[in-house]
Amino acid sequence: MKDILAGSFFILGGLFSLLAGLGILRMPDSFTRMQAATKAGTLGVGCLILGVAIYFADLGDSTRALLVIGFLFLTAPVAAYIIARAAYHIGVPLWSGTVIDELKDSPDRGIGEDDQIMRGAGGAGAQKASASDHTTPNPEPATGDEPRTPDHDPDDPTDR
Amino acid sequence: MTADLTMPVVLLDAIIGMLAFGIAMSAIRLYLGPSLADRVVALDLIATLSVGMIAIYSVKTSMPVLLLVAIVLALIMFLGTIAFALYIQKGAPP
Repeated sequence: MKDILAGSFFILGGLFSLLAGLGILRMPDSFTRMQAATKAGTLGVGCLILGVAIYFADLGDSTRALLVIGFLFLTAPVAAYIIARAAYHIGVPLWSGTVIDELKDSPDRGIGEDDQIMRGAGGAGAQKASASDHTTPNPEPATGDEPRTPDHDPDDPTDR
Repeated sequence: MTADLTMPVVLLDAIIGMLAFGIAMSAIRLYLGPSLADRVVALDLIATLSVGMIAIYSVKTSMPVLLLVAIVLALIMFLGTIAFALYIQKGAPP
């Protein structure tokens, strides 16, 4: 009985893992690939490890297996969200059949490239970047300190 | 492998084959991937499926100690993905 249940979870998990691989290969867009890999992959591996926990039927081993599920279910959505936000910020193109893009008019779109241009142009639009995105690193924090003189070597311990 | 394995080995080998096929398709996306985010997601999926493969291998060899390896790999995978995401956002070429 225990083996039948564990084997069912193994088959389900293997099929979902296969679907995750198929989704990441065949989906048309970066963001749809992201959701296929994250949701199907996490569910598949979660089913596999739940089957392992049922199969071993030992307190220590099943606790370790459930700990793996806990880590996966905690970390996979956070990681996918952060990658999706970073990809949207650097202007990865959406699929042509995308129905709704709620951040289209937001100044966050493509802020990564603009930030590179701003850094090259000498911080002309630095206040725009700091006003639109709190995660964008400000290349010149306005602390009022004197800029470092070029002859000062911070790696040289004798140069104080 | 061992005598006290109550699961049919053919089933475990089939599951390992499915996981290997998923890893292979993800590796194709890692090679093709038009943007850096696609490659990071492909690496993330490879690591996730590796966790599942370690779990199945621990059943196949009757070595539940390997679940500790799966725990460590799940944690390291998260750190690597976060580091790649910060690298993308700090202005890597797309």
